Amino acid sequence: MNFRAAGAIYGFEMARTGRTLMQSIISPVISTSLYFVVFGGAIGSRITEIEGVSYGAFIVPGLVMMMLLTQSTANASFGIYLPKFVGSIYELLSAPISYVEIVLGYVGAAATKSIILGLIILATAGLFVPLRVAHPVWMIAFLVLTAVTFSLFGFIIGIWADGFEKLQVIPLLVITPLTFLGGSFYSVSVLPPIWQTISLFNPVLYLISGFRWSFYGIADVGVGVSLAMTVLFMALCLAGVWWIFRTGYRLKQ
Amino acid sequence: MNPIISVANLSKTYASGLHALRRINLDIRRGEIFALLGPNGAGKTTLIGIICGIVNPTGGTVTVDGHDIVRDYRAARSLIGLVPQELTTDAFETVWATVSFSRGLWGKRADRDHIAGVLKALSLWDKRDSKIFTLSGGTKRRVLIAKALSHEPQILFLDEPTAGVDVELRKDMWGIVRSLRAAGVTIILTTHYIEEAEQMADRIGVINKGELILVEEKAELMRKLGKKQMTLHLHAKLDAVPAALAAHRLTLAGDGTELVYTYDTQAGRTGITALLHDLGAAGIGFRDLNTTQSSLEDIFVDLVRRGQ
Repeated sequence: MNFRAAGAIYGFEMARTGRTLMQSIISPVISTSLYFVVFGGAIGSRITEIEGVSYGAFIVPGLVMMMLLTQSTANASFGIYLPKFVGSIYELLSAPISYVEIVLGYVGAAATKSIILGLIILATAGLFVPLRVAHPVWMIAFLVLTAVTFSLFGFIIGIWADGFEKLQVIPLLVITPLTFLGGSFYSVSVLPPIWQTISLFNPVLYLISGFRWSFYGIADVGVGVSLAMTVLFMALCLAGVWWIFRTGYRLKQ
Repeated sequence: MNPIISVANLSKTYASGLHALRRINLDIRRGEIFALLGPNGAGKTTLIGIICGIVNPTGGTVTVDGHDIVRDYRAARSLIGLVPQELTTDAFETVWATVSFSRGLWGKRADRDHIAGVLKALSLWDKRDSKIFTLSGGTKRRVLIAKALSHEPQILFLDEPTAGVDVELRKDMWGIVRSLRAAGVTIILTTHYIEEAEQMADRIGVINKGELILVEEKAELMRKLGKKQMTLHLHAKLDAVPAALAAHRLTLAGDGTELVYTYDTQAGRTGITALLHDLGAAGIGFRDLNTTQSSLEDIFVDLVRRGQ
């Protein structure tokens, strides 16, 4: 195991984050704050409590999850796409490292970045609404698991993408809609039965539900199911990454 | 001595069906400078790519210092530094950061003194805090070399290192190559500037259409294939080669004012004495003469043409 190499990639990626602080941290924080103002403040004041939680507080886990999913995917996909785009990928491929170190470095950095971001957004949310965390350990566990899983997912997208457009397509057309429809801003129990059933096919529902449970002890689906789905999705992403490096898909000719 | 790189029956067919390499066999000797020559698309970069781990081979094996490049890739790759042909590197990093990153990727302990030494040797020290996108093409090339040298390779691949590089950098570069060789580093380079191969290389391989058509000591190659020409600048113009001189391999050039004699440097007798004697007898005077030896370029062009 070449830990120095994994560390070098991690450090390199984190330094990149430091240089793009505006884009990496400040812009997601501002956009989340806007959600709070609009949904929590303006609209939320007219919505009754959901299962004993004020609407403004209710949407906090969903919003954090939404940022976590989009940012993890965007960070990780861009991180690996950039060397492919400029051509410096040659160095990664010719270095005495295995894909384990490459993934540790890139996915680790992307996940770290989105975890930090998630915590910052959580702290920002605390300024707008009273927050309580019923199960802090589970909260952190869901945060980390989701960040890692979607960073892996982003890594796969970054390898797959052969243009900036493709890099944007999945976050924009898949992740954002799934997050919105996965109960970021509502409990699926308010939906008509048919849509409740359809929602169960949305993997993001399980992430948001589990994360919200760790705050307020309320959930759309059992927390065990949430955890199982998260781990399952992570396993799928790991399998994808393993296949990519085994075959050299879009990396080696 | 064991070869430091041993390529056996190496083949590469791309998904497009292009046969980039056909059963290449090649041994690189420890500490030599080996020049790989070939026209564009001959397979030079593919060969380097496979040895370095960037391209998957279709068939055959490569060992680097006894380590198989697939089974034992860590040991094999840890010995190799690669300077690619394209100027492909991060744009927004500083020179120092990108060069230090390369050392880290190779798993080497951070060593500021070594990095500083490499940057100074490549005249990059003043640019160490500059972002790469602000640098000129030649300076970017230096950065790529610095990245490859950052992890102290035993084998250095230079793929077209002097393409698009100014005279000063070329001189610097060859100075560095010489000092690396003196330090025991094996160097494999591809180049279009044949005079460079002629000046620098110990051995030369010529690759064309994916086949290694020749591997030879440079001196031997020059000797074997070298032809010499003697040009006589005549006092009086000739309409044709006089019949009295028909026995000699002469051609008329310069609108009849020059006679060109081609001879083989390998032959025991070059025939020059006889030619000069016959010229005198025929009453043909000349005011000057010069001789030229075919360069590696001529040899190369000749070889490639013969292969087609």
